[in-house]
This record gives sequence, structure tokens and C-alpha cells, in this order.
Amino acid sequence: MIASISAQTLVDAVGQGAIYALMAVGIGLVFGVLRLVNFAYGQLIMAGAYALAFASQSDWPTWAGIGLCFAVVLGLSAAMELAVFRPLRTQSPAVMLVTTFAVAFLLQAVALLIDVHDGTIGETATSIASLNQAITIGGVDVRKITLVAIVVAAIALGLLALLLGRTSLGLQMRAASTDFATARLLGVRASLVIGAAVLLSGVLAATVAVMLTVQNPFVQYDFALKETIVVLVGVVVGGIDRLWTATLGGFLIGFASGVINGALPTDKTVFLPSVVFALVIVVLLVRPAGLFARSGTSLVERV
Amino acid sequence: MPEAPLLELAALEVRYGAVTAVHGLDLEVHKGEIVGLIGPNGAGKSSTLHAIMGAAPVAGGDVRFAGASLQGRAPESIARAGIALVPEGRRIFAGLTVEENLRLGLSARRDRAGAQAAVEAIYELFPIVHEFRSRQAGALSGGQQQQLAIGRALVSDPALLLLDEPSLGLAPLVVDLVFDALATIRDRGVTVLLVEQRAQRTVAFADRTYLVANGALRLTLTPDDAQDTERMVHAYLS
Repeated sequence: MIASISAQTLVDAVGQGAIYALMAVGIGLVFGVLRLVNFAYGQLIMAGAYALAFASQSDWPTWAGIGLCFAVVLGLSAAMELAVFRPLRTQSPAVMLVTTFAVAFLLQAVALLIDVHDGTIGETATSIASLNQAITIGGVDVRKITLVAIVVAAIALGLLALLLGRTSLGLQMRAASTDFATARLLGVRASLVIGAAVLLSGVLAATVAVMLTVQNPFVQYDFALKETIVVLVGVVVGGIDRLWTATLGGFLIGFASGVINGALPTDKTVFLPSVVFALVIVVLLVRPAGLFARSGTSLVERV
Repeated sequence: MPEAPLLELAALEVRYGAVTAVHGLDLEVHKGEIVGLIGPNGAGKSSTLHAIMGAAPVAGGDVRFAGASLQGRAPESIARAGIALVPEGRRIFAGLTVEENLRLGLSARRDRAGAQAAVEAIYELFPIVHEFRSRQAGALSGGQQQQLAIGRALVSDPALLLLDEPSLGLAPLVVDLVFDALATIRDRGVTVLLVEQRAQRTVAFADRTYLVANGALRLTLTPDDAQDTERMVHAYLS
């Protein structure tokens, strides 16, 4: 019985790690080309979740709801790039960082305003919730969404690896992530690579919105906020200066949260964040540039 | 009537905050020429090249290329207009392969059809780049990286090639190789503006060499002046 519980915990942890890995890629892609941690990333996911709730409450077919979710998230991503990132691109990273905080709060406030029109806070998205049902594989109860998350993450990461590794746009994005000024001198269009990174990150945010909404169909203005903070920490723990280390960091923190959550007695799960963040502090004390950073390389300046 | 210059700097002024790096510099480069730009450290040579590429803050004057002003244009737009820069320190992408570095140079190319032929031409000009095309560029020696950096600039098929101290830190034999390559590049129809610390060699090599100090033009030299070191030293120290 213990073994089957452990197997289930592990499968759930891998599923959670897969979703967090996708979020980490979304954050890492934009960081690569803009050197900007987009704190409004969670609000993109929140907007997608509201779109799913709206479609669900309007009795739209599931595919149309998912389509609306992608349209809303990609539209917001494009708007963020045009209205915020592009005008501020030449400003200091601190200015851009603070601006993304402002955007995050703005989007939350707008969500709250739209949400309370029916007199209650929170909307439900039930049309895709059936994916949250469990099936039994080899004596282990696995929720369908866990399998979907693992498969979707594997496919999305594979496609992204192909795009970055095999296409001219991907090569330009990799070069821009390393040395943007030199890439531009070679004719790489700043707007193209940044726009591509922001939109790809939006595609991932929309994908995550669908999966998180399946897991938690009750959508509120702070939807995905906690997950985003945890993933941001994971990205830093992995090493934010390279996409694969950031992704691995996101996966690991999701996986570790899942395992610790499964290992803690039910009445002690309230201590989950404390345990996870204590581990994070230990990791950063030992390897401040990131768990997988090359020795001697760090974007971190120290005094 | 003489042909209009391919590149013309008119009263160029480059300023970084309160520091003026280039004061009212006038300079012309005609099609088919190799023009040198020499001067002591901090004379404003690199700032001039970056201003041409739209990557340094131009506070006054104008940069004209093929008769059109480049003012306000982004570096990528200037690269696509036909100017390529081989930056100081080479700035190759160490984590990418040699071939990927070359392919990046194709980003500024207007005619995609000739891309493969352009890469082949670089392999012919610099056989070492061909031999190591699958290696990580960071694993190359300084001289090999310089050949790659020049090749990466050339595959965009530029009308004007700017080089910022291409011989810096290279062994004498490799310096010879770089200068020989520049002569070949000019013979293929590319105009060259060469910033160098090796003053005497540059004056002897280029059709015309401008000597700048403290951000302003001091002398214009021809190959006949290459032995007149006293005049150059005086201008350096002025």
C-alpha cells in the first residue's frame, strides 16, 4: 500500500513538475531576450482561466473555450509587448521589472472589476473539469490531467527545442539571448526576436491556463499567482541565464513540492511552502548562481 | 563631377552623457577604397564605428551611406542596408557552432538566394573556418575567431565592411593573414574602413588613413607617409 501511495505521489509530482516546467520556459524565454523577469506572467494565465470560465458559463463547446483562452492570452501578450516592453526596452532592468509589477496589479484589478459584476468573486470553469477524473493504471490512480500535462509538456518542450535548434528564428533568438547588441549588429531584428519570445511565452501561458483550470476550476483574480511565485523561485534555483536550466529548475521545484506534499501527513501540508523555501535557501547558499550553473558564471553582481 | 562618397561623416559628434567621445569628425570613404582610422586609445575610433552602425549616441552631425542619412536607424536596419561591423574583441557567439555563427551573419542579407554561395566563399577565404565548422566557436583560438568574425560579417554581402582593431592580440603570422584577407576582400569589391592600433602598417596598407586624437581629426595620411613616424607621433601626442 505504501508503494502504491508513493507511486501515485511520484506521478502527481511529475505532472506538477511538467506544468511548472512549461511556466519556467515561458518566463525564461522572455528573460533570455529582454533580461526581464516578467512578474505579470501569472496574470496572463489568470486571464486565460477567466476566458475558460466565461466560455464554460456561456455553454461554449470545450474547443471554443480553449480557443478563446489562447486568443485572450496571446492578445494580452502582444499588447504587453507593444505597450510596455517595446517602449521601455532601452530602460534599466529595474524600471522594466517594476513596470511588470504594475501590469500584474493592473490585470488583477481589471479581473476583479469584471468578476464582481455578478455580485460574487470567482467564476467556475467546469466544461473541461472532466479531465480531472482519475483512471487506474497498474494499481495507481492517476488523474487524466496529470497524463495530459506530462504529454503536453513533453511535446511543447520538444517543439520548442526544434524551433530553437533548427530554425533561423531560433538561432537568432539564441544569439539574442547571449549578446543582444552584437546580434542586432549582425542584422537580427530586435522586434522580431522579442515579439517571438513574448508570443511563444504566451502560448505556454495559455497551455498552462488550461491545465491549471482543469485542476482548479474555481477561477479568482489571484489564480496562478502562488504557482508563478514558486516557479520564479524554481527558475532562479535552476539558473535563469540559460533556458534549459531555468526549465529544469521549474520542473524540480514542482516535482519537489509534489513529493513533499505527498510525504507530509495531511494535517501538516500547511508547512509545504516552508519546507520548499527552506530547501531553496539551502540550494542558493550552496550554489548562488543556480543549481545547474557553470562554475564561475553568474549574472549576479555582488558587492 | 567626382563620385559621391559611399560613406560620409559630417561634423559627427558622439556623446556618452557628459563625455564627448567624438568632436565634429569629417570623414569620407569612397567605393572600392580601403580607408584606415588610427589614433591613440580613447581617440574615439570605436565610437565612430558604433555611431555609423547606429549603436552609439550621435549628438550632432550626420552619417550618410550611399547618399542617404542613417540618423535614427536601428543597428539591424543599418546592417541590412549593407554595412557590416567586425567588432573589437570579435564578439563571436562562443556557445554556438562556427557554422551557426556564420549563419547568423546571413540575417542581414537582402538576397537569400546567394546565401550558400556566400558561406562557401568564406570557407574558401578562411579554410580553417571550414575545417572547424562543426565545433563550438568558443573552442577556437583568437586568430581563428577573428577569421570567423570577418567571415560572419562578409556573408551578409556588405557594400562597406567596418573592422575594429582586427589584429588586436593576434600573433604576427595571423596578423599577416588578416591583412592579406582584407586585400582579397577589397579585390572582391567590398569597401573597407579599418580601425587599427598598428599605425604604420595601416598607413602603408590603406589607400588613405585618418589619424584622430581626442575625438577630432588630426591628419590625413597616404601610404607615402608610412615612414614619417615623427609626424604621426607628434599627432598622437598633440
